[in-house]
Amino acid sequence: MLPDFANPADWLPWAFASLMGLSILIYVVLDGFDLGVGILFPLAEPAEQDRMIGSIGPFWDANETWLVLAVGLLLVAFPQAHGMILTALYLPVFVMLVGLILRGVAFEFRAKARDHHKRLWNRLFFTGSLMTALAQGFMLGLYIMGLEQTLATYAFATLTAVFLAVGYSFIGSAWLIHKTEGALQWKAVRWGRESLWGVILGIGAVSLATPLVSTRIFDKWLTVPEIFYLAPLPILSGLLILWLWKMLREMPFPEDRRSWLPFAAATALFALAYLGMAYSFYPYVVPDQLTIYEAAAAPESLFIILVGACFVVPVILGYSVLAYTIFRGKATELRYD
Amino acid sequence: METLDTLLLSRIQFAANISFHILFPTITIALGWVLFFFRVRFAQTGDEKWMAAYRFWVKVFALSFAMGVVSGITMSFQFGTNWPGFMETVGNIAGPLLAYEVLTAFFLEAVFIGIMLFGFSRVPGWLHMLATFLVAFGTTMSAFWIIVLNSWMHTPQGFEMIDGEAFATDWWAIIFNPSMPYRFAHMMLASFLTVGFLVAGVSAFRWLLGDRSREVRAMLKTGVSIGALLIPVQIFMGDLHGLNTKEYQPAKVAAMEGLWETQEGAPLVLFGIPDEEARTNHMAVEIPGLASFILTHEWDGELQGLNDFVAEDGTVLHPPVAPVFWSFRVMVGTGVAMLLLSWASVWFMWRRRALHEGRIAGHWFAVEGLPKPILWALVPMAFSGWVATLAGWYTTEIGRQPWLVQGVMTTEMAVADVPAPMVLGTLVTYLAIYAALLVAYIGVIAYLARKAARGDDGRAIDMDHSGKAGVVALSPAE
Repeated sequence: MLPDFANPADWLPWAFASLMGLSILIYVVLDGFDLGVGILFPLAEPAEQDRMIGSIGPFWDANETWLVLAVGLLLVAFPQAHGMILTALYLPVFVMLVGLILRGVAFEFRAKARDHHKRLWNRLFFTGSLMTALAQGFMLGLYIMGLEQTLATYAFATLTAVFLAVGYSFIGSAWLIHKTEGALQWKAVRWGRESLWGVILGIGAVSLATPLVSTRIFDKWLTVPEIFYLAPLPILSGLLILWLWKMLREMPFPEDRRSWLPFAAATALFALAYLGMAYSFYPYVVPDQLTIYEAAAAPESLFIILVGACFVVPVILGYSVLAYTIFRGKATELRYD
Repeated sequence: METLDTLLLSRIQFAANISFHILFPTITIALGWVLFFFRVRFAQTGDEKWMAAYRFWVKVFALSFAMGVVSGITMSFQFGTNWPGFMETVGNIAGPLLAYEVLTAFFLEAVFIGIMLFGFSRVPGWLHMLATFLVAFGTTMSAFWIIVLNSWMHTPQGFEMIDGEAFATDWWAIIFNPSMPYRFAHMMLASFLTVGFLVAGVSAFRWLLGDRSREVRAMLKTGVSIGALLIPVQIFMGDLHGLNTKEYQPAKVAAMEGLWETQEGAPLVLFGIPDEEARTNHMAVEIPGLASFILTHEWDGELQGLNDFVAEDGTVLHPPVAPVFWSFRVMVGTGVAMLLLSWASVWFMWRRRALHEGRIAGHWFAVEGLPKPILWALVPMAFSGWVATLAGWYTTEIGRQPWLVQGVMTTEMAVADVPAPMVLGTLVTYLAIYAALLVAYIGVIAYLARKAARGDDGRAIDMDHSGKAGVVALSPAE
């Protein structure tokens, strides 16, 4: 899997694919939880809704920026793939963008509009979050199906759309368990228990479908000795799911101990599933059509970006940690002061 | 015909998106610095009027920022969905510039805006001030990188073409391409003028509603001063930018001036209806020699006309004339209105400074001095910056057509082969959403102004000099 580090045309595309993969993973976890909170929104009482908003308010802007970085890296490092993928996904991308627009502005408008408009913005916040999650799940499904557009691939994409939306609700619940207390926390634990199935079915469906769609991926996983090296991935995922299931039946723990555990476990689970997918598709950026090496931009241009990224990405991570530290602890209603 | 429809619809769609998008960065770029100014003044003087101004405008900033973010995400995807040819041809140049925008600007803004908006009572005063500074700095960096790319599309250099693909040879030349310094300065000034008039207009609105608070005075003076000080600088900068355009994109200047024939002592066309079929202006009102004087600084200087940009076989190589001609006049006209109004406001405030209630030494301007008609004129002019900025961008962007990257690739080469009905369908939806959001945005600003004018936005709060809030009377989740 490792490239030839003596040859820039070889390791630069690899480095950028890794960087892009990392941003997508960070995006899925971070925006995953705030989209999930948006999907769970209508299930809560109005006062609780304000606290739910408070739990994601200082973070959502930065969370979405990881999507901009990911699509930006696709755009700048693999321009041909960017065109192919996004043209093929024209309509789901459009739905996602409308969703992102609606929820992003609803955030600000609901806090500032007069009271009788607040209900409308609340509804749009939920609708936008759900649209975004469904569209992303749909794109995931189509991507796994090699961007082919038939009735069967649409059916599969519809399934992954639902699973991803439920999966986001799950990680959203896990976030709320950590950030809330009292009745809302109890609710969040229940939501977590009730949405765990989405994660299980989602990971299951993707794991079953990928090797069946492509013989290349089938061979990558189900041959000796690869199957032994790779066995820890599904085993660890299974253990994590069992652990989460057990934990969510007992939470919240006395004195709110270890309230961060479900979110950490959910993050680990998402990361494992994502690693599996990355292994399946590597070295392709457009499944079975275009490799990262064929799609890569000129090495000189990639190098210029990489130099900047090496300086800036650690700084970004640093001040992101700072922001999460400043706004740690249980969420309250947001105040602009 | 199919591809032509898709091309036109894709262009309208991108134009609609980018027009909607630019409205909000235009506000946030300069408003970030104005907020930093309010924040620093508060730290220096401890006068809570500055913090009250900060609290009011930080809400407008948050709203504008969210609108800018979501409409910006839309555009980063549209490069791929509608214009794949752009990145395939010049991706090696555009890519790093866009990547630097995301890396150096987007994250900075997005992370620190959380602290700026919600961190006032959670972090020390200096960190809150630093967060405000970093957000303002981030918006400016973002403007810098995107203007670099846009300017390179107008005046490309520092690259070579190999097999129809651009490769960078000199990054310094790419970044500091000939039109970049002018365009960046012109845009920064446009942003400050937009915010100056927005602040002045909204404050005038509050004043007319009977708000006589100290912060409304401070805000009105700040807004009017920004306008009055910067509009002459902007006119001068616009002139320099025009001279630069004349050198590198003479066809655009010819379209702006409505000049068909190459001539010495070219007239300035004040009014006219350009007719591309007849290749003349109808009902033209002209001032002889003035266009030559403005653009060459000599009364009988030679200016190139549009007819020079038609190939032997009749292919038109200049931009569509009427839109460029008109949007240029709208921009200049708005600029003149800004000049008259801001200077008149300053003059009245200075001339009648004695009207200041309980006048104390050091007060050179009195808001009481502003006559009603001036105040009423300031209210609609709150959005004059938007009109001028959009008109200016239409002038320069339509003026680059038929090129996407001047002399390198045409717009037609970049468009995606997406079915026209699909582009039309998404276009109509975008337009509906944007119209609704624009109404909501202006409505909410008016609502916030009314609420503040009534004094029930929790202004009367005590704060000590370190910036730590005392008892806060904000309503939940505001």
